[in-house]
Amino acid sequence: MRSLIDIVDLSIEEINDLIDTANDIIENPDKYSEKCQKKKLATLFFEPSTRTRLSFEAAMMELGGNVLGFSAASNSSAAKGESVSDTIRTVCCYADIIAMRHPKEGAPMIASMHSTVPIINAGDGGHNHPTQTLTDLLTIQREKGRFDSLTVGLCGDLKFGRTVHSLIHALSRYENIHFVLISPEELKLPGYIINDILDKKGVSYTVTTSLEKVMPTLDILYMTRVQRERFFNEADYIRLKDSYILNKEKLTTAKTDLCIMHPLPRVNEISVDVDDDPRACYFKQVLYGKFIRMALILKLLEVE
Amino acid sequence: MNIDSIRNGIVIDHIKAGQGMEIYQLLNLEALDCSIALIKNASSGKIGKKDIIKIDADFELDLDVLGYINPDITINVIKDGQRVRKFHPELPERLTNVIRCKNPRCITSVEQEIDHIFKLTDRENRVYRCIYCESKAKGENI
Repeated sequence: MRSLIDIVDLSIEEINDLIDTANDIIENPDKYSEKCQKKKLATLFFEPSTRTRLSFEAAMMELGGNVLGFSAASNSSAAKGESVSDTIRTVCCYADIIAMRHPKEGAPMIASMHSTVPIINAGDGGHNHPTQTLTDLLTIQREKGRFDSLTVGLCGDLKFGRTVHSLIHALSRYENIHFVLISPEELKLPGYIINDILDKKGVSYTVTTSLEKVMPTLDILYMTRVQRERFFNEADYIRLKDSYILNKEKLTTAKTDLCIMHPLPRVNEISVDVDDDPRACYFKQVLYGKFIRMALILKLLEVE
Repeated sequence: MNIDSIRNGIVIDHIKAGQGMEIYQLLNLEALDCSIALIKNASSGKIGKKDIIKIDADFELDLDVLGYINPDITINVIKDGQRVRKFHPELPERLTNVIRCKNPRCITSVEQEIDHIFKLTDRENRVYRCIYCESKAKGENI
């Protein structure tokens, strides 16, 4: 029984297999529509989410399976003080696979230690969000056709942005990747990611505070939201929330085949006038997220 | 002050002065019923002042944790009144319930009765990280 807690739990070969399956699902959806009949997915969301939870549920439904779960800690026994391990032991009695989001870092790992069914980390605080990374990788593969020789701009909240951390982990394993880290001083990428991943693996990167300056060099621009829920101090959030806003004007110097990504939800960091630009890929990214989650559910349930 | 030599057991020497009691508690020595001597502030040509622990019993003790606290500690194994082995402790690969994660966002801050486990991620720089949230352990957490 396998779980997915961190993107590095998957080898490059396994990621490639998932992407192949997702592409096959996109081409031949009917082939997969009954693969998970009589299987149940529990979505345990101790923290609010729109996309991730609905994406998991839609993925399971399109595989012919069923879903159950809760969408806020207040709707579960966690509100009565139940531990994560007890909740998981209980849910294992009802479901064949569990997707879990929790505000505390490491909660899905605790869950996997006590579970008899596969656990999928659907986001643990500011720590990991591996299925978003798989979504991002499928998007890059479909839009750019490769994972190597890319200049990848990561812009916004690089300190608390878990999607950014996981994506750096994943892309660092490919050849000739150059990261451009664009953020205000206060939201720079944490030192441990720079030291333990980029420096250790010899991955090249540039640190800048100016999006405009680096725009012409980018193959991918990954925008992130400055997340209110990651701040202890409201004043810091308000001061930093509008740090980087992408609009049509800033895109005038960008490559014609730039791929603009965003894990969503956005607040105002991508102006709506960018939505019609053919380089905007963030809503396609949402759709790809469902397909890669279908592929992951099949893999973890060992459905052929 | 005279402390008898031991026949069979372990002498933990070159403990930084003041750390002896901490190690006594960490190794759970109060649970043993053999003779144990904790010597504080003994003079040392090597480190000035030191603490020493003498345990007069032939038994297995998980001493790896000492490597995390101070790799300069010396462990002497005594058999029949003779020292048969002298070594410095290794840095352990894992620390279980030795230090606690201080990250307020970590699940260990709320989940009760959970082991606090740290993994050695960088031997050269003696870096341990919480297995749950990957936060770096701070030395003063001991």
